Amino acid sequence: MTNISYLKALNRAVTDEMARDPAVCVFGEDVGVAVTNVTAGLLKRFGPDRVVDTPISEQAFTGFATGAALAGLRPLVEYQIPALLYLAFEQIADQAHKFSLMTGGQARVPVTYLVPSSGSRPGWAGQHSDHPYSLFAHAGVKTVVPATPEDAYGLLVSALRCDDPVVVFAPAGAVGVRADLDLAALAPVPLGVGRVHRAGTDVTLVAVGAHVHDALAVAAELEGEISVEVFDPRTLHPFDWAGLAASLERTGRLVVVDDSNRSCGIGGEIVATAAEQLRLTAPPRRVTRPDGAVLPFARELDLALQPSREQLRAALRSVVKTAWEA
Amino acid sequence: MPDPAGLYRTVRLIRRFEQRAIELVHAGEIVGGIHPCLGQEAVAAGVCAALRPEDQITSTHRGHGHVLAKGADPARMMAELAGRTTGLNRGRGGSMHAADFGVGILGANAIVGAATPIAAGAAWAAVRAGADRVVATFFGDGAVNQGVVLETLNLAALWRLPVVFVCEDNGFATSTRTEAATAGTIAGRAEAFGVPATRVDGMDAQAVLAAADAAVAAARAGGGPSLLECATYRFDAHHTWEHVARPRYRGEDELARGRARDPLEIQGERVPSAEREAIDAEIEQVLDDAVRFALGSPRPEPADALEFLYADGSRPRAGALS
Repeated sequence: MTNISYLKALNRAVTDEMARDPAVCVFGEDVGVAVTNVTAGLLKRFGPDRVVDTPISEQAFTGFATGAALAGLRPLVEYQIPALLYLAFEQIADQAHKFSLMTGGQARVPVTYLVPSSGSRPGWAGQHSDHPYSLFAHAGVKTVVPATPEDAYGLLVSALRCDDPVVVFAPAGAVGVRADLDLAALAPVPLGVGRVHRAGTDVTLVAVGAHVHDALAVAAELEGEISVEVFDPRTLHPFDWAGLAASLERTGRLVVVDDSNRSCGIGGEIVATAAEQLRLTAPPRRVTRPDGAVLPFARELDLALQPSREQLRAALRSVVKTAWEA
Repeated sequence: MPDPAGLYRTVRLIRRFEQRAIELVHAGEIVGGIHPCLGQEAVAAGVCAALRPEDQITSTHRGHGHVLAKGADPARMMAELAGRTTGLNRGRGGSMHAADFGVGILGANAIVGAATPIAAGAAWAAVRAGADRVVATFFGDGAVNQGVVLETLNLAALWRLPVVFVCEDNGFATSTRTEAATAGTIAGRAEAFGVPATRVDGMDAQAVLAAADAAVAAARAGGGPSLLECATYRFDAHHTWEHVARPRYRGEDELARGRARDPLEIQGERVPSAEREAIDAEIEQVLDDAVRFALGSPRPEPADALEFLYADGSRPRAGALS
């Protein structure tokens, strides 16, 4: 067993795929020196034809990756901060994502967009703290938010092998997580398949990204009081509705913790689908950022807008005490 | 060596294709309307005549000319405009997204300037693969004020990519005159990045071909990108809807002056009349067949509306409750 971090797992996934498939290449700002550590060692091993430092031109290098993909390559594009996705959104959601359908199936655009440290790193303020995964799921772009080192490895490998564009969000709160892993046993994790991290019978707690770790901590604290099943969808689009349905068959109650803004966030979609189609014996609860949140700089203000363990505990206690009115 | 008859044939094909398509718009057979390139045919014909079959293009919302000149089948193109399953894109793309990867057409693109980085990426991939393909990326004068075009000029110049940037300056971004929207000059944009720019008469297919030949040859030889600024004129509306809204942005005098330099006549005068008449007759036959093929082709099944959304074949959940 080797103790490795989430970031190292991402690095290993890119390295393994580049070694396996010569079509995989990397574009991004400062990827040569690996400012984020994700691309550490790649330039030296694979050379500048496959690890390409770009100018600060997010729109151009994102569209550039689409062109390279249309020509048969499988680019990974790295963005150092999540807000840069807003600059590139047109090139991802309106170009890369739409090419297959608009061309009647002639084109495939296998580009992976990776955002290490998405979400709040307290003290980075308004333009470095968003976690815009719900936007991409809404647009129909395949959207992945791994929570653990082994899932970071397995999901990034699957993203790189996928023939469609995939955005991979590596949450700031998860990239430092370490795990003891058998490196030889690391394997691809299919997109669209959730993971039950902890079985329970009273309530299903759906947690996205770094909040999986909060969910597990809270579930452990509440053991003996409430039996919490922790379900990590891992992929937000496509979503593992069957996996969630199976969990709700066991528990009938639902709490969702989602580090995006409340209105039109993925948490809202999970609650809506559960209400429409799945087995719920009580009204569900959501723990999210507030509507329209812009994270302030001061640490206590930033943290005030994040889903907290205290909110999770309160939501879990509330949902097990309620039921639909007769 | 220019082939006068070949260039004339392409210009004539584009002209008559669009005139037939406009008829189909007015007849309700083509819904959504089209952006005709009437008057601008010489740019498409000249540039594409300089390209090899394996070379690639990206095109614009006003892309019929580029797509036909690069070699797409007029019948499948017409079927695409009519939204039929036999269309180039199986009826999923229509006028503004026509693509035919088999003949190097990476797609017409409806967002102004957005295809330029796609062309640059495809060119980079070609160099990396050791191929000597060239990619021509068409855009209008309005696109030169899009940041992504300038970003892409920088990238292409830095990395000496085999891209020919083809600006079709028809004088208007929809209704806004070039001089009202563009500070400095179009060529100056390219020159600022060290990209050589040539201004050419975009109404003269042979002049365009000569300039494109030089740009393509330089790109193929590793000389990097260049820009062709083609001065042209749009004879018709920005869009077929314009006949409904009738915005006023140019006078009849100006229109008449613009139409006086018709690329069809300029190129037609270089071809003996008997040969020209034979070409005209042949094209009428091609387009009669194209319209018949398009209108006789099946419409897609509504249940298949999200077929091809994902390259892996998966389809999303239903939106509406059934």
